[in-house]
Amino acid sequence: MRWWQIRKREADLERELQSDLDLEEEEQRESGLPAEEARFAARRALGNAALIREQTHEAWGLAFFERFLQDLRFAMRVLIKSPAFAGIAILTLAIGIGATTAIFSVVSGVILKPLPYSDPERLVSVELNLPGIDQSDSPLSSPDYFIFREQSRTFQDIGLYALGMNSAGVPANVTGLGEPEHVLAARVTDGLLPILGIAPLFGRPFTRADDSPGSPETVMLTYGYWQRKFGNNRAVIGKTIDINGTPHVIIGVLPRSFQFLDRTNLALFLPLKLDRASATLGNYLFPGIARLKPGATTAEANADVARMVPIVLRSFAFPPGFGLKQFEDLRIDPNLKTLKQEVIGDVNKVLWVLMGGIGLVLFIACANVANLLLLRTEGRQQELAIRAALGASRGRIAAGLLAESLILAAGGGLLGLGLAYGALRALIAMAPVGLPRLNEIGIDGRVLLFTLVASLAASLVFGSVPVFKYARAGIGFKVREGGRSMSQSRERHRSRSVLVIVQVALAVVLLVSSGLMIRTFLALTKVNPGFAAPAELQTFRVDIPETQVKDPIRVLQTEDEISRKLAAIPGVSSVGAGISVPMDGSDNVGGLLVKDHPSDGQIPPTHQVFFVSPRFLMTLGTPLIAGRDFTWSDIYDKAPVAMVSENFARKYWGDPASAIGKEIRPSTRDDWRQIVGVAEDVYQNGVDRQAPTSVYWPIFMPSYYGRPEYGVQRVATFAVGSPRAGAEGLVNEIEQAVWSVSSTLPLAEVHTLDYYYTKSMARTSFALVMLALAGGMALLLGIVGLYGVIAYSVSQRTHELGIRMALGAQTRDVLKLILAQGVMLTLIGVSIGVASALAATRFLSTLLYGVKEDDPLTFAAVSVLLIVVAVLASYIPARRAAKVDPMVALRYE
Amino acid sequence: MTSMEKQTKQRMSVLQGTLDMLVLRTLLYGPAHGHQIGKHIQRTTNDFLQMQHGSLYPALHRLERRGWVTSNWEMAPDRNREFKYYRLTEKGRKQLVVEESQWKQMAEAVARVMWPAAEES
Repeated sequence: MRWWQIRKREADLERELQSDLDLEEEEQRESGLPAEEARFAARRALGNAALIREQTHEAWGLAFFERFLQDLRFAMRVLIKSPAFAGIAILTLAIGIGATTAIFSVVSGVILKPLPYSDPERLVSVELNLPGIDQSDSPLSSPDYFIFREQSRTFQDIGLYALGMNSAGVPANVTGLGEPEHVLAARVTDGLLPILGIAPLFGRPFTRADDSPGSPETVMLTYGYWQRKFGNNRAVIGKTIDINGTPHVIIGVLPRSFQFLDRTNLALFLPLKLDRASATLGNYLFPGIARLKPGATTAEANADVARMVPIVLRSFAFPPGFGLKQFEDLRIDPNLKTLKQEVIGDVNKVLWVLMGGIGLVLFIACANVANLLLLRTEGRQQELAIRAALGASRGRIAAGLLAESLILAAGGGLLGLGLAYGALRALIAMAPVGLPRLNEIGIDGRVLLFTLVASLAASLVFGSVPVFKYARAGIGFKVREGGRSMSQSRERHRSRSVLVIVQVALAVVLLVSSGLMIRTFLALTKVNPGFAAPAELQTFRVDIPETQVKDPIRVLQTEDEISRKLAAIPGVSSVGAGISVPMDGSDNVGGLLVKDHPSDGQIPPTHQVFFVSPRFLMTLGTPLIAGRDFTWSDIYDKAPVAMVSENFARKYWGDPASAIGKEIRPSTRDDWRQIVGVAEDVYQNGVDRQAPTSVYWPIFMPSYYGRPEYGVQRVATFAVGSPRAGAEGLVNEIEQAVWSVSSTLPLAEVHTLDYYYTKSMARTSFALVMLALAGGMALLLGIVGLYGVIAYSVSQRTHELGIRMALGAQTRDVLKLILAQGVMLTLIGVSIGVASALAATRFLSTLLYGVKEDDPLTFAAVSVLLIVVAVLASYIPARRAAKVDPMVALRYE
Repeated sequence: MTSMEKQTKQRMSVLQGTLDMLVLRTLLYGPAHGHQIGKHIQRTTNDFLQMQHGSLYPALHRLERRGWVTSNWEMAPDRNREFKYYRLTEKGRKQLVVEESQWKQMAEAVARVMWPAAEES
């Protein structure tokens, strides 16, 4: 028998009893009784119908459940009769549950959800650590790929991919489909998509032949791009599109649900086409993903890769100028982790910290509601006592109180879910740009379950407080006493004081955390990033494919011409071009040789490598500390010049000025170049990371690493200094200027430098805003809690205060008395809070910059703040107490 | 005081647990509805057991929940009307045997205490 059949059961029982009555009545009538009397006789024969019904219900074994429903119904009625109390409690809970649910859905979407691939736990990312040159998580080289794929004992298969210089995607200019368009592509080996378990929606997957050098060019479209460019037309298979000037045959369209790692804006997948014949060691360029054989562990795979590394070194040619010793000095060490870890990165720590912080707010909200419930239950002691006197068991009274808590929590949970839905949108909008899997965040079954559990847990937390206090035995005598107000017994007051102390302590923890984040944020903004006025700098990228402009000199001239056109736009102060702008996520690391610091066969240390045009550094606002900038004649005359960063100069020659005139070169196959300028350090990877030692080569060189095609920079990022940066008008004028030089060049990554600068601090500001919100809520709830307790205690002590004043106590004495009570509670709360915060802020350490976890200033400021606020919160009721007229107080009641 | 009056005063309320046994035993004759069961018990005990019909129903529902009886709304053979008929199950039959022997043991035990002489003779 199931509980939802209860109505049916009831109807059935009614019918059964009725037929009994009818029969009896008939029989009585037949024995000669008049109709009226026969009916009464039948009733008598049946007995007490209500009792029968109740006993039968018991027989069904559902009494517990029915009683519970009864309790709920009764609790509902009681709550509806005190809407103010119910409203405040539900709202408080809704804020706590809503905030917790919102942050949990982020945690769930980013950290907990499995990756959307088949058997995702068997997917690993394959990277190498190169401690010899201080590089960790290095991608793989093509020789690694061939050996790992052929000889691994633990991989089912391995695939490599390339996403371009700043990992956003390989730039691809698509022409021949209307306007020239700049889109992002991923280059993948033929095994990669099958490893993820991804088959094309229609068409065919890449084959080994597609992925071999020299074979006809093929391309797969992502669902979004296919829809956007071809509508729903399945006849695209076999069509040809021009990508970077080369025709590619469309062989397949990927499924709608497919997303490559956390890149949402990829349009095309192209074969990587690694060439085994010409592969040399080095060039760690391509991240790898492998699928483990069933049963193989990551540790086994790590050992397996470690076994294969020497095989790789024996099987392929060394690049010119390098030998086995240099590669052994890299101390190549495999570093495999689950693909999920790779996708999530280091963000999970931040998210758990935020989850913890917001969870505390829920806890504080529970404490507040518990306080309200205590007050309310105290007011209802008579009612409870009467119920107990009439025979309600302790359990029954407790169940009744809990039912109220349950309804409050359910209301709070529902409203909270609505709040979470809204908050989640705001949260996603302000989430750090680098937050992975952002589009996988949403309110799903797991989140709903969490909300349910959180609400139930909350109702138990705050609901059990009054239950423990008031549902015990011995309440009976309160019927006699309860009517008269007395001074509060210490014991009765204690639980509310404890709740307030807990609230204050938790508020301290949260406020200290947000204080530390504020200090971190201030410290970050104080760092001179190596550029000036980022909001007044417009940046964008232009790719000039070989198919469009073949001659390297023509590429340089095009870039020069674009620069001059841009400089002619009214209001533009300065223009330059380079391969990237600071903090845009690009990471172009390379080695170089320093003439007076020979490397003696060691692998030379690596640096950030930039290629820049004249005035580029000036446009960024990066001052030269010594020497001069490049000039266009340097570049056109192919003058052997170079610039370095200040920390580079200091590393080799002690001070910037001495670097001028020293000679460096990219490799043994290049000519020596003279350092003509030293630039201030630029925090390329964000101000919280060390500024890398950097070298600036001219944007055009006859050759680089001995290769003329490397000496020309076909991907150029332009920087345009203008107060109108970011405005649509300026962007339009810039487009016109570019297109007046070449009408087929699309603009990509159009952002102000400030966009990148803000983005680099997004993790900090996200954590800051979230913790500050949590801290603010905690403070507010804490104050309300404290105020409530003091105010209530004053109202209960009116009588006592009246006596004191009648006996000669002054206003000042009464004020002091009440204030002391508030301050005492706060002091206890603050000291517990400070101790807890000292322990809790350890979890923040990875987020902090320029401030210690136990920063005394923050701790002191928060403590003072709370004490001041506490004094204010107790002052209002204290004032009221001091104004009490002793006569009124004594006559009261 | 007539014997009839005396008897009325001495009517006993059915001992808890005994009712189950009586109902099961009644159903041994065949399916019956609540009213019939009640009437049968009243008639057989000459109205000695003070029993209102109503108290049968919790017992019937309890027996059904334990699987000792099943119930079904069926047309009565003698009139054009449906009644809820209870039927003894195999399990109920076994239970009746168990309860019967328990009751016997109990009655014998009580008897041995109350009338020791009768036992000897």
